[in-house]
Parts: sequence; C-alpha cells; structure tokens
Amino acid sequence: MAPKRKLVKLEAESDEAFQELLQPEYKGKKLTDEINTAEDKWNLLPAFLKVKGLVKQHLDSFNYFVDVDLKKIINANELVLSDVDPEFYLKYLDIRVGHKSSSGPEVREVIMPPHECRLRDLTYSAPIYVDVEYTRGRKIIMHKDLEIGRMPIMLRSNKCILDGIDEKKMARYDECPLDPGGYFVVNGTEKVILVQEQLSKNRIIVEADEKKNIVQASVTSSTHERKSKTYVITKNDKIYLKHNSISEDIPIVIVLKAAGITSDLEILQLVCGADPQYQDLFVVNFEEAAKLEIFTQQQALNYVGRRVKTIRRAGAPKLSQLQEGIEAIATTIIAHITVSDLQFREKALYIATMARRVVMTMHNPKMVDDRDYVGNKRLELAGQLMSLLFEDLFKKFNSDFKANIDKILKKPSRTSEFDALLSINIHSNNITQGLNRAISTGNWSLKRFKMERAGVTHVLSRLSYISALGMMTRISSQFEKSRKVSGPRALQPSQFGMLCTSDTPEGEACGLVKNLALMTHITTDDEEAPIKKLCYVLGCENILGIDSATLHSDGNFGIYLNGTLIGTNRFPSKFVSDFRRLRRTGKISEFVSIYTNTHQTAVHIATDGGRICRPLILVQNNRPKVNAEHLRKLLNGEWAFDDFLAHGLVEYLDVNEENDSLIALYEADMEDTDSAFTHLEIEPFTVLGAVAGLIPYPHHNQSPRNTYQCAMGKQAIGAIAYNQFRRIDTLLYFMVYPQQPMVKTKTIELIDYDKLPAGQNATVAVMSYSGYDIEDALVLNKASVDRGFGRCQVVRKNTIQLKRYPNHTKDVVSGMRVDEDGQPIFEHQALGPDGLGEIGARVVNSQVYVNKSVPTNAGESVLGHNEQTPSIESHRETPAYYKGPEPSYVDQVMMSVSDNDQALIKVLLRQTRRPELGDKFSSRHGQKGVCGIIVQQEDLPFNDDGISPDIIMNPHGFPSRMTVGKMIELISGKAGVLNGSLEYGTCFGGSKLEDMSKILVDKGFSYSGKDMLYSGITGECLQAYIFFGPIYYQKLKHMVLDKMHARARGPRAVLTRQPTEGRSRDGGLRLGEMERDCVIAYGASQLLLERLMISSDAFEVDICNKCGLMGYHSWCTTCKSSENIIRMTIPYAAKLLFQELLSMNIAPRLKLGDIF
Amino acid sequence: MGDNIVGIEYNRVTNASSTDFPGHSSSEDNSWDIEKFKDQFDIQISYITERTANFDLVNIDTSISNAFRRIMIAEVPSVAAEAVYMFMNTSVIQDEVLAHRIGLIPLKIDPDLLNWVDKTQDENERYTEENTVVLSLDVVCSKNTHAPKNSTNPKELYKNAHVYAKDLKFEPQGNQAERFKNSPVVASDPDILLAKLRPGQEISLRAHCVLGIGSDHAKFSPVATASYRLMPVIDIKEPIKGSSAKRFQKCFPSGVIAINNNGEAYVKDARKDTVSREVLRHDEFDGKVKLGRKRDHFIFNVESTGAMSPEEIFFKSVRVLKNKAQYLRNCPISQ
Repeated sequence: MAPKRKLVKLEAESDEAFQELLQPEYKGKKLTDEINTAEDKWNLLPAFLKVKGLVKQHLDSFNYFVDVDLKKIINANELVLSDVDPEFYLKYLDIRVGHKSSSGPEVREVIMPPHECRLRDLTYSAPIYVDVEYTRGRKIIMHKDLEIGRMPIMLRSNKCILDGIDEKKMARYDECPLDPGGYFVVNGTEKVILVQEQLSKNRIIVEADEKKNIVQASVTSSTHERKSKTYVITKNDKIYLKHNSISEDIPIVIVLKAAGITSDLEILQLVCGADPQYQDLFVVNFEEAAKLEIFTQQQALNYVGRRVKTIRRAGAPKLSQLQEGIEAIATTIIAHITVSDLQFREKALYIATMARRVVMTMHNPKMVDDRDYVGNKRLELAGQLMSLLFEDLFKKFNSDFKANIDKILKKPSRTSEFDALLSINIHSNNITQGLNRAISTGNWSLKRFKMERAGVTHVLSRLSYISALGMMTRISSQFEKSRKVSGPRALQPSQFGMLCTSDTPEGEACGLVKNLALMTHITTDDEEAPIKKLCYVLGCENILGIDSATLHSDGNFGIYLNGTLIGTNRFPSKFVSDFRRLRRTGKISEFVSIYTNTHQTAVHIATDGGRICRPLILVQNNRPKVNAEHLRKLLNGEWAFDDFLAHGLVEYLDVNEENDSLIALYEADMEDTDSAFTHLEIEPFTVLGAVAGLIPYPHHNQSPRNTYQCAMGKQAIGAIAYNQFRRIDTLLYFMVYPQQPMVKTKTIELIDYDKLPAGQNATVAVMSYSGYDIEDALVLNKASVDRGFGRCQVVRKNTIQLKRYPNHTKDVVSGMRVDEDGQPIFEHQALGPDGLGEIGARVVNSQVYVNKSVPTNAGESVLGHNEQTPSIESHRETPAYYKGPEPSYVDQVMMSVSDNDQALIKVLLRQTRRPELGDKFSSRHGQKGVCGIIVQQEDLPFNDDGISPDIIMNPHGFPSRMTVGKMIELISGKAGVLNGSLEYGTCFGGSKLEDMSKILVDKGFSYSGKDMLYSGITGECLQAYIFFGPIYYQKLKHMVLDKMHARARGPRAVLTRQPTEGRSRDGGLRLGEMERDCVIAYGASQLLLERLMISSDAFEVDICNKCGLMGYHSWCTTCKSSENIIRMTIPYAAKLLFQELLSMNIAPRLKLGDIF
Repeated sequence: MGDNIVGIEYNRVTNASSTDFPGHSSSEDNSWDIEKFKDQFDIQISYITERTANFDLVNIDTSISNAFRRIMIAEVPSVAAEAVYMFMNTSVIQDEVLAHRIGLIPLKIDPDLLNWVDKTQDENERYTEENTVVLSLDVVCSKNTHAPKNSTNPKELYKNAHVYAKDLKFEPQGNQAERFKNSPVVASDPDILLAKLRPGQEISLRAHCVLGIGSDHAKFSPVATASYRLMPVIDIKEPIKGSSAKRFQKCFPSGVIAINNNGEAYVKDARKDTVSREVLRHDEFDGKVKLGRKRDHFIFNVESTGAMSPEEIFFKSVRVLKNKAQYLRNCPISQ
C-alpha cells in the first residue's frame, strides 16, 4: 500500500508559499485524483487568501484613500481665491502620491526602503504631488508635480515599494516575505491604525425604552462637512423631532409641514399608510399643530426658525426667522440628504419614514433595531481615518496659503510679478508633520468635526509573528470600557463567520476588542448614483413620482438605498433576484448588498464602506454551483478566486444579506430536505480568526480555554520574521530552535505559522511527579533543557544620541581607558578602541557599552564665546552602563544619522537563556504553567523504548479545564510521530481520533495513548498507565530573570525618605496594611516598630515638650528655649506630615509622656 | 520463589514491586547469597553493533539493573567541548548557540586518555594537555567560481556553505599527538550540521574538550539512551481457535503469536511483543489470556553516541557501581 499521508519534508522549501498550497496533496491527494466537492471546496480558502490576504482590509482601504479619496478631497477643495485680488485663483487639477505626472502610476518613485526607515528612526513616506493652475498677472500658468508634503505609506499597499515584488527582491530590501504589511513606519516605529467599530452612519436606528415608554428613531448624518444626529422621539405618546441645534423638540407634524407637506391627510398617508391602528396612534399629533395654529409651510418654518440655536460667525448677515427655518430644514436636520432648489420632498419623506418606524414600534415593541447587531455596524479603517486627517490638513494648508498670498497681494507695489508658488512651499511641512504627528501619537484631532480621538494608533507588537498578525485583524470598539453593559460585549449570533468567536481579551476590554474571522472582507465606498439608476431600470418607481396614498399600500415595498427611500416596487422578490443576477454576472460591484426586510416591507441596498462581508458558494436547487470541474481548474491554476466570482459561483454576502439567506454548513445538510438553501459555506473553520486557528481540535475544548489561548499565543516566544536578526527593536524575543507543530491546522498552513513557529513539540507525560508540580507547575527534563529545549534569546536595544549644541560643541565617543599594564579597566572591558562595545563582547553589570562624553560647556551661549577662542574642548564622561543580573553580549552596533542630523548609535545587547525555575510555558489550550522543578533525566520515568518525557504535567490540570482538545492533540501527535506524518487538528475537522488510535495500535502502542512507564528512581513499573506523547508547548515571554527582585538596603524616595517602589527602581518590598494588621494582631510590637520605622524612614527629631512642636539643634524656635527639648525617633513621613500641617496653619502638638 | 510476574491488566499494573528481600515474610529467608546469584544470573546477548547493544540480564534485582541504567546515562564519563573561544564569527548563528551546538557533538575520544579537570584551580591554569583536547574550526565561505549555471543549491554555489562536525580539527597539544596516535580525535558523526555560511562569512574558534559526566550536562552522557524493558509474558489460559485465533494474532506485533496446525494460537516469541494491551480491549478474549512481564528479566538496550562501544559503556557502569559500593563499605557509617 502506498503511503497515504504526506511525509515530512526534511528540507524546507522556501519557494512560493502559495504554490505549495495550491498543489494540495491534502490527505495524499494528487491532481489526477478524483475531486470530491464536499472535501475539496476548502481550496477556495487559500485562493481567497491569495487575492485578499489577511490584512487586505487595511491595504484596500489605504489604496482607496490614495487613489480615489485624495482626488475627491482635491475636487471638493479645488479653488483657492484671494479676498484682495478677485482676479487671482489657484486650482488644483490632480493629486498623486509617489509618482510624477511624467510617469505612469506603475512607475513608482524610488523612496527609502522601509527597513532603513525602521533602523534610522525615519518615516516611510512618499511625496504628494499636485498639479495646479493659477494666475500670474494676466497669465494662467499650469504647474505640474508640485510637492505639497509627504504621505506616510502603508507597507505592502500599492504605493509601497514592496508591492508585487518577489521573495528575492524582498530579501534585498531586508524585508520578510511573510510579513503581512498594513502598518506604517513613523519615526522608526511601526504603527498600526486599528480598525474602529461604529454604529452605521446615515441609517435609522429605532430604540425603545419600555419602562419610560419612549420610542426613538435616530440617524447620525455624516457628510464631508459635518456630523449631526437627528432624533424622532415620543413624548407622552406624541412624536417630536429632536436635534442638537434646535433648542426645543418640535412636533413631527410641524416639521413635516415645514418640509412642505402641509396636508394633514398626506402626512397621515406618508406616516401610517392605510393602517387604521397606526393612524389611531398617530392622529394625536395633528392636535398639537392645530392648537399652535400652524397650518401652512411658512408658519411651520417660522416656528422652526424661532427655535434654532444660532451660532453665526462674525460678519455673516443676520437671517430672518423664516430663513433660519429654511436653513435648518435644508442643511442641519438630516444633513446627509442634500436639498437643492428648496425641494424638500425627499427630506420630508425621510422624516416621515422615521416617524413611521416610530409608530410601528409604538404599535409593536418588537420592531426595534438591535444596536449590537453586526449588520448595524460599520468598520472604520486606516484609509478613512487618514482621509479625514488629510482633508483637515489640506484645508488648513489652503487657508494658510490664502492668508499668505492675501498678505502679499495687499502690498500696494511689488517689485516683481507675484508668483503664488513661491509662497505655497513655505507651508509644505504642515501636511507632512501633521500626518506624522497624528500617526505617531495616535491623537486624531479634527477641527471640522470637533473630533478629538486618542489612541487610534498602536505600536505593532513584534513579540512573535502571531502577535503582529493578530494585531492587524484587531477591531476596537468605541464603547467605553468602564460601562457595565453586557450587550456590546456579548457574542452576537450575527458575528458568525465575520468576527472570531474566540479571540477577545479577558478583563475590561472583553468583548469590545474583537478580531476578524479568517475569510472576511471589509467593503470600501461604492458609487451610489449608478445603483440608483439601475434600480429605476429594474422597475423601482421613483419616490418623487409616487402619490402618498399608494406609498404604503399593501404589497408595496419601499426600496432603500443606503438607508434612504428612493422608490417602491410591488414585486420585491423579482426585483431582488434581478438585482442579484446582475451582481453575480459582474455588472455591478460584488460588494453591493441587497436584502428584503418583510417586517418593514422594505428592500435595502447598501453600497457604503465598512461593511464586513464574506464569500459563500451559491446553491441552486440544493446543489452547490461549484463542481468538481471548477475545483480542478482551481487546482491546475487555471482559475483564481476572482474567476469564481466572475462566473457567479461564489458571492460575497454582508451580514444583512446573510440573514436573508439560508446557508448550509455542509453539502449533506441540503439533501433530503424541503428547505431551499441559497448558499453553502466554503469551510466551517473560518468562523475562527487567524489566532484562534492555531488551536488544534478547538471544537473539543471548553470555550474560555480557546479564548485564553488566543491571549497567550500572542505572548509565545518564537520566530518573528525572516529578517528578525536584522531588526533593531526595543525588545525582541527569539526562540533558538522553534519547531512547527506536529498537529497542525489548515489555518496554520494558511497563515504560515509553520514557517515562523513559536513553540516546540515536547514529549509530555501526564502524571504526578515529585510534588513540585502542584498548581499547574511543570516538571522539566534537565537533559532536554541541556539539549536546547525552551532556549530563547532576548535582545534589547539601547539608543544613544550624540547631540550637537548651539555653541558648536558636540557629544563625542571617547576610547577605552587602560590601566598601567595596558589592559582596559574593568568598566571598559567590553569596549573597543573606538569607545563602542565590540560585537560579541560580554558585558556584565556596571560595564560600559558606549563611552559617551558631553562637553562641559554645552550650556554656554553662542554669543559669549568668540570665534577666535575655540575653547579647549573639555568633556565629561557620561557612559552608558549596562545594568542587569546576568551578562549580555553585544549583538549589533549601528551608527547612523537621524532626521535632525544628529548622530544615532544603537547598541543591541543579547542574552541567551535556558529555561529555569519559574519560567512560564503553555500548551495551545489555554493551559499555562510555570516550571516547578528541573529533574535529571535518569530520575524521570521512561517507557519501553527508553524515551523519557521533556515535560511532566500534572493530571489535575484536566478535569476542571475540560481541554479535551489537548488530549486529542497528544494522541494525534503521537500517531504522527510514529507514522512520520504531520496530523491535522483543524476546527470541525482534522485527523479523526479513531484513525489515530488505529495508527497507535499498528505501531505497537496502546490505542488510548497510555503507556506503561518505569520509574526512573526505583526502576519498577509504575502502577498506572501514563498518558504519554507529544504536545506543542509555547514558552511565554514572562521569565523569572526579568522579574526577580530583592533588596536589603537601597535607594530611598527624596520626599518621604522611604524606600523606593518597584523593581525598576531597586525598590523595597512593602509590608502593607494587611501584613501590618497581622503583626498587630499577633502583638509583635517590636517587629512592627522595626518594619515600619527603623528599617524604613526613622528620623531623629527634637520635640519641645512644652509647646509640642519640633525644634532643631536642641532648641525650640517657638519657645526660644532648650529647656524642654526631648530627642526622639519618629518616621520621617510623620515629621513631614506635621510640617505640611503647619504650613496650612494647623499646629499639631505632640504631648510626650512615659507609658512604662 | 514468589510470583515474579508483573500483572498487565486493562487499566493498571499489578505486582510491580519485588518482595524477595530479607524480612518481607517470615516463611522465607530471601537473604542474598552470592552462590545462588552466580548460579541463577544469566546474560543473553541479542546483538552488539558498533553503536547499539541489546542484551538480557536475567535473575537480577530491579535496583541493580536500574542502577546500571542510571549510571550509563548520568555517571559514565565522556569527553565534550566545554569552553569555546571565538576568534571570528560572522555567520548568522550567534556565538552562544554555535558553542552550544559544538558542545553537543559527540566526540570520538577515549575518556581514559584524559584526566579530570581540577575545578579548584585558577582558570588560566586549569586546562593542561593532560586534561584538555583542543579542537579548532576555521572555515571561510567563498563563491564557487565553477558552480554549474542556474544552480540554486548553496552547496554548489558556494564553498563551505555548510559547516559540519567533520570540519572540527584536532589540534594536538604537547604530547597529545603521540597519545592519540592510535585513535585520532574526530566527531563520531561527521555530518552534523553546525552552521550555514554565505560568501564573506567566517567562523574561527577553538573548542576545549574535557571530561564530564551526564548528570552535569547531557552532552557528557555517553549514551543516546540506555534503558531496559521487562520481558513480556503472554499466558493463554483457554485455547483460542479458528478465526478468533487470527484476530488474536492481529492484536500482537507480527511474530509474537503463531497458529499451529490445529488452528490454535500459541505464543511463538513473547520477546517481540510491545505490550500494547490491544488484546485486553476485546471482550472476545476476556479471561482467555493473561498478560504479564517478568520482573527480573531485563532486556537492555544501550545506544552509544559513538565515543565508546556500548559494551564498554556497560562495563564502565559496572565499575562505577563497584566503586560506589567500595566507597560505601569504607565509609565510617556504622559507628
């Protein structure tokens, strides 16, 4: 029998990773083998990831920003005019990032490679060019390729030099081909703009408070100019409109009248249709308008105008009440619907729709919307945030420019002809620095929206490959972390397949920080107008042409485009299927979603950006459209994922449309059933994200364990990137001998975790040993540790800047000092003659690795010194000392010049650590433990083959944790080891336990994975069979060496003279309140005195027994005598308190007396 | 003689400890008798090769055979690199890691030719030609001008792209050239990969190899592993015939159970059994078979790392045990 499983390849092939994946011999399958659609459809997933990648959402969004959004911003702010000279204008014609007009967009300008930026603390950016047209005198001048600033470039975006280059070129740029990109390099640090989750804009959300009997429909309008929120709200069963810039709630009828619908009947028809129950609920609203005697549009507009909060800029003309009213209705209320030529009908219909939703909810409280429903959320990505920022900066740039030319044009006589370009360049730094500052600090402050957001960007965590990858898929919510509401934190059913069900942090951000699932896409904005036209073509009646009586008549469905009613249709199912057919044939963008909402009798079409969607296989007559032939083409490489889209075999669904579909998990589910399925999942394990995908057999684990592993997988030490030894980061951890896991998952292969792993396959015996394994502690085999198990390296960056001072002096590095014998003194042993640490040199505590000196006269002013006396330069040594309990070795020394022309020295110090007591390890099932003891190999149990375990794990770790997946991992791993194959533990699939047991039996082991072991100490058989086999173990970054701390005497705080706090300051160990209570209760008063005063901040004071205040030198300054002075010891903190009280006019007087 | 069979049951092991020691029961004496031991003790050698030895120790107490095992792993001295002096290392592999790898290379050095290093001495005088062997590694990688075209194999493209254990060269000190004349110092496995180089990279170092024992560091252990297993016993209580016998046979590795002409299963070679306990899973054979292992029959397997022959390692372990006993006897503990 031919071996059915793929054998482990001894030499890793560095060639194209996907090439390998696309020629899957999964379960021994060759190209010629028969293709089973049910099993092989998963190949669509690597094909999807090939075109999309894991961070495609960031890249797409950034690409959209630089290619489309920038041009839109330029068009919206294209003219710069002068208040002084009406003749003058400057018009922006075009904007480009990274290439000049002379070359096409495919020819990118050479910019500094990202890795050099990382090393030299620079920003990875490309120039922004604009083409302008402006007047100079009478002439109109075109100027091309004017640089207005530099734009930070997202790595791997289409403006990045790494876009589309092969592995070899990547290596030349010192880049790792597996690095996902999607971040920025600003001032040498890698910054990620996290995906932000928000409630969707420009959509009506209806909420109800049943206790207070309030129903409200709200809509957040967002346009380029402004952001505002409009509410339609009930108060005592009457409906009002509420808006921030209107001081009082306005009855809905008045608003509708102001918007031009003056007939009460029409209002009733627009809001309630013909439904008598709705009419009964709504009819009270007419009363109020009638009482106020508002019948005409003008009366209504006046009523509204009177209540508008006016914030007029100085100089603007005062408006009449009527004008104020018109302005409010036209621009402030529901601002995203634009009104031209005072045609309010669209807006009136929108308000009526909101009112209708309120009435519907009053009638049936179940009609409310769910804020936590993923379909009501939008994700804001790097591109959108950058575009907000850029527009703000660009506007500022233009207004500065305008102020500048006004200033020049005001001057009555000019010697030369005025050229506007001369003053444009002055401000070019604003855009560059504004962008840089925002990304490096994470503070997004936009004047336009009064937006002040902190913590938008984060430093990319480079602890391991997985932690970097996990960060790129992270989504942060705008919710406050402190609020105790469970709704936003709970797992929403609509998250299925979109957001990872396991990967969320524990603690305060639990459920608020989420991660994308493996096969997701986030949409970018699509053009609305063509879709609108298409709807009318498909039989949607234009809303402006519909008479109000028929609008809500039975069987008439409203068509909503991005939340706005654009028309109606009587045959929604035909409309929807026609629309979908067009989408599937590629006539319209595949990311436009359409779905029917029968409760609202509405068809919703969405083209906006920020929706999460995912691909699914289409189903016709309960048969998937993707068949064996298609998959064969995919495997041959004839087809890519996009071909499946183009042929209408696969389509993207967003959350709303997904809920309008019937999706089968497996093909088998569709057989023998009456339900008509519309879609089929590509692969069920894509409900998990990239980080949760590392867990083998997660479907056998208790769910919190998977969540714990997601947090811990990011702390595991392993390989970081192919360029890890070229990196100079503040702190990096490497594992010396990382291994790919014996039990893999498909996700592991897809995200290349097997190429950059973080852990080792340890042979584990699940048994009790020595008592040093209680509370999850692990027993380690000393021989394994000797041979390199768990060995890791820690490299730390030390930056030294050589400054230049205004008086032309500068810092220097001076050479080492030698003693009489010509040997370097102890402190300078690691230095070379150049005063820098020699590569490979060992640096121990208090030795110098850079011997820097600063000039003694650095502070002196430039003027005081004359040029003739270039004072004899005297320098003071300010060397960089190494501090640490263990020695380090100099790994790299880099000298460079940073942005501001100052010399920059980076010294990388390396430590190699073997595991020791207290180091933290964890399996992939949320089972962490510290090393409790390291045992000699001969003392450890061994099996018939003489194998002794690397790790002994206490069996008490299992019952309460219920991590059955770990047990199956052990059995699969053991079978794999014996069989020479790598087994799979993919979620909802993977190698079957029965097959694994079969292999064990065939190889002469027990089917249960339990072996008979001999005690290493007595040599006798152990009386129980021991569960024994390989489990993938991760070493976590928490190591004893970084945490151990003890002190006898040491530094004290200046103010209180008490010992300092914290390990970093060599602080004392606090005897806290609770410990103090124990000592008091025990009655050990002398111990108490010693701990709290003598060993802490004892202080001798002279106290005057007459006045009770403190004196000094045996002299009471208050009593002017030394008669009653008594010397005693009190805590310095007490003395300080007394003095502080004195300083606020409270005299604490001590009365002394004998107690014994 | 008591029952010397360890019971292998479905979910536990019974009768694991021996009871034949003095004072355990009043009826038996069980005091140790050298003549009796000499009479009963037996060594059967299955095979001895250059690297592995497989032999049985029969009728010996667990404590003694376990002592041999433990001593072979941890206390038989051997030679390994202890100090590595780096002069140049421009390869990607860090000094510590390279030194660690060199330390783990098994060396073909007869440990009897070296003395122990006196740890009490000053570091500069500690290493002498009597106790230290110096190995040097000096490799420079360069481009191979005769590389075949279109080759992507680094081994062809560059010279010395891979550094192997065989590149470690013995540097005789003092009279060592004479002493090691018959047994040249080399790595016992020449093809252990130490590092990979690219043109322009260079490694130059001296490794000082000294005597040590496995309990100090695993690199000094002369065995890859040394262990034993107990002799399996398969006791067929009731005859198993026909198709049942075929299934019975399948529960064991091939060669353990044979079927005779009557179609009845019988134990052909219990030694080959791995004791997977598969047979106990099947209700069919419930009560028909009893598995066990002989408590005083040890099947030893010694895998040498190459410095010494496996039998030499075993003999040395006997010597170490003997010395320990001698030491104990001379200890004034019975005052």
